[in-house]
Amino acid sequence: MLDSKIPEGAIETKWSKYKSSVPLVNPSNKRNLEVLIIGSGLAGASAAAALAELGYKVKAFCFQDSPRRAHSIAAQGGINAAKNYQNDGDSTYRLFYDTIKGGDYRSREGNVHRLAEVSTSIIDQCVAQGVPFAREYGGLLSNRSFGGTQVQRTFYAAGQTGQQLLLGAYSSLERQVGMGTVQMFSRHEMLDVVKIEGKARGIIAKNLITGKLERFFGHAVLLCTGGYGNVFYLSTNAMGANVTAAWRAHKQGALMGNPCFTQIHPTCIPVSGDHQSKLTLMSESLRNDGRIWVPKKQGDDRSPNDIPEEERDYYLERKYPAFGNLVPRDVASRAAKERCDAGFGVGPSKMAVYLDFKFNMMRYGRVEATKNGLANASDDEILKLGKDVIKEKYGNLFDMYKQITGENPYETSMRIYPAVHYTMGGLWVDYDLMTTVPGMYCLGEANFSDHGANRLGASALMQGLADGYFVIPYTIGSYLNKEIATKAIPTNHPAFEEAEQKVQGILSKLIGIKGSKTVESFHKRLGKIMWDKCGMARNEKGLKEAIEEIKALRNEFWSDVRVPGSQFEFNPELDKASRVADFLELGELMCIDALNRNESCGGHFREESQTEEGEALRDDANFAYVAAWEFKGESDWQLHKEELKFENIKIAQRSYK
Amino acid sequence: MEIKLKVWKQKDAVSEGRLIDYNVNHVSPDMSFLEMFDVLNEELIVKGEEPIAFDHDCREGICGMCSMVINGRPHGPLEGVTTCQLHMRSFKDGDTIVVEPWRAQAFPVLKDLVVNRTAFDRIIAAGGFISVNTGNAQDANNLPIKKEDADDAFMSASCIGCGACVAACKNASAMLFVSAKVSQLAKLPQGQPERYTRVAAMVAQMDKEGFGACTNTGACSAECPKEISLTNIALMNRDYMQAKFLENE
Repeated sequence: MLDSKIPEGAIETKWSKYKSSVPLVNPSNKRNLEVLIIGSGLAGASAAAALAELGYKVKAFCFQDSPRRAHSIAAQGGINAAKNYQNDGDSTYRLFYDTIKGGDYRSREGNVHRLAEVSTSIIDQCVAQGVPFAREYGGLLSNRSFGGTQVQRTFYAAGQTGQQLLLGAYSSLERQVGMGTVQMFSRHEMLDVVKIEGKARGIIAKNLITGKLERFFGHAVLLCTGGYGNVFYLSTNAMGANVTAAWRAHKQGALMGNPCFTQIHPTCIPVSGDHQSKLTLMSESLRNDGRIWVPKKQGDDRSPNDIPEEERDYYLERKYPAFGNLVPRDVASRAAKERCDAGFGVGPSKMAVYLDFKFNMMRYGRVEATKNGLANASDDEILKLGKDVIKEKYGNLFDMYKQITGENPYETSMRIYPAVHYTMGGLWVDYDLMTTVPGMYCLGEANFSDHGANRLGASALMQGLADGYFVIPYTIGSYLNKEIATKAIPTNHPAFEEAEQKVQGILSKLIGIKGSKTVESFHKRLGKIMWDKCGMARNEKGLKEAIEEIKALRNEFWSDVRVPGSQFEFNPELDKASRVADFLELGELMCIDALNRNESCGGHFREESQTEEGEALRDDANFAYVAAWEFKGESDWQLHKEELKFENIKIAQRSYK
Repeated sequence: MEIKLKVWKQKDAVSEGRLIDYNVNHVSPDMSFLEMFDVLNEELIVKGEEPIAFDHDCREGICGMCSMVINGRPHGPLEGVTTCQLHMRSFKDGDTIVVEPWRAQAFPVLKDLVVNRTAFDRIIAAGGFISVNTGNAQDANNLPIKKEDADDAFMSASCIGCGACVAACKNASAMLFVSAKVSQLAKLPQGQPERYTRVAAMVAQMDKEGFGACTNTGACSAECPKEISLTNIALMNRDYMQAKFLENE
């Protein structure tokens, strides 16, 4: 049984007691302790800045050309915090409760409560850094609603919240770079962890410009490398997002927690053809003001503007009157799939539903007309005023939709369909965010800890910054205080030598195959298997097939992939090949995990386990645990369980009706 | 659609480069410009030729990584759009398109269409921040900020650091990039304590990196995919002048 090391005591006091009793490292010792941080998104950049401010020697790595490009930058809608600025009944407990319930009772109470507690400090910190959050005319911060909650606790900066938060963290990081406390290595990709006497002591990284392998020592290693949604090929992730650092760590002994927990986001721009390289999200915040619908008649080919109100089925409002369009993501995604599978889908592919803003444009327009003293405004005038309001709130999203589809969403309903967006699973960590390899930590989306089987909107940014700014600066001390006598280990140590040779072996092998098929073609085929059989709905037969298909595809990859060029040059195809090789292993484990978890919960929907109405049916008697998988060898994993105890929240069937 | 491409190929930073001709058939108008490059690269790899290296990541117009000069214009013909958000419906069947990297002394070419933009990071490291350590902050709502000021600061802050402004400028000046960060922080009360030291430090680093001078032509703003306004440069010039007077006091 795994020990999550949750502190004893009442849930409200666990974190404060931990903070006041955790051993400290004195400033002069901090200067001799080196921390390697992999990834520069919200978790990595904030951790690098916060640890350097404390005095640790930090080296930070990212595969992009600048730390500011990490994919946190693309988060649109917002960040949650239990400020209760709206006086609408929010509290730390309420955020804690919503997150546990939203995650369908598959996350750890202690971690989630801590997340809710520190959420408020994140907003304070970001404002102090100059993050330009949206404000009301009185000068105070504005909030909006997100799915799975009934309060307004989401802070935002138009549809670019992730960008603004990341640039805040990046600025803090660069400030430390300027002071010499952080050394930044961009265009560097971690390809292995170096372990000495069981502890993480460094990494092997590839310089993506020269192709050379480089060795770095650290007293601790932090993986802040994001999620693995790109295992599906098509996802809302950036093209470069990958599992490689986390996967190589997994193969060195870090357990992988709940790998099958994937979030399929309900509102993305539908696939347009075989050339599609990625999918684009339309922020959940649009569901504040957009209403999701399909025609009441199957196969209705009329333009959405020609379908009158009474012939539209606002199916979320119909099925879930209490939450309506603001049900959590997993529920909204399944509902869209259900309508499309039943023949009500729209657009050329019939795999899309409508998201319509006219109702709320008119509502806003009437408010504006009243404010401006226009008593007899015509419907057209009202609509125009309303469009301006919508434009201010979501302008960049509407522009993006228009760019991609060539249609104007101010004039017609958007077409949307679910797409892979986020992975709740990830490396298993304890309360300290440490993996099962001592000295190796995992922060942000890359770990499994806070979102259970479904993440609520606007909670990813919250978790990334919570882990980096407010959790790791405390918890890392409980490990490093015992390391103050450890001198920096020279990188000619045999363990570094051995790790580098292993990585070199993989790269040489990839280049040496000289087969006939491109890396991309394998990635696409893997993605199709995953989407068809380990996507929005999963069943035993499909998962068993997928496991065999992935094994066969992996064999084909290792005998027939073509990687052009050589290692010692700028070679993006080689870098992609090394990432896809890892996805081909991860995909198998995801299917094994999905097969093992013979229940439905959150985003994991096993067709064998559903209620009469087709909702996810949990099996708490048998599956109230975290499945943490230990790598034993190719296609061989051992399951470890962490029992989930719910001492503060009464576990119940989730209902948003 | 059929598209003819003339693409800049350059082995590495020290080699000479040149334009190479390619044909891409079966281009769908719904493809993004980069997806057309994906299709071409797949064909090249299968044929045993070297694919074209280009920078890209989020493909939704926000990370700032993609960077192609298309027919002489950074990010191509549309206004307010990054290369990754440019779609082939903006071109005609049979078009010839010339694709080059950002060209600037401070952005050396690494390979083909990929350049080194770490100069921008060093400018931010020189002063593009507010010096506030984690945990120091007061409650966020203790500091009311006029909505107009916050919105204004946001407009400046929406710069994605792609470098199109530098690529568009005949002098390869980085003034629009630097001024966007300077203005964002100068427009907010949090940015006041370091307002003048910041602008002086950032401009000094900009000059050190080898970016050219600004002659107020405005190509930077015209080509900026986020439509960052020239008024940022005006604000920065004013603050810079004031900073220099303050230094002499």
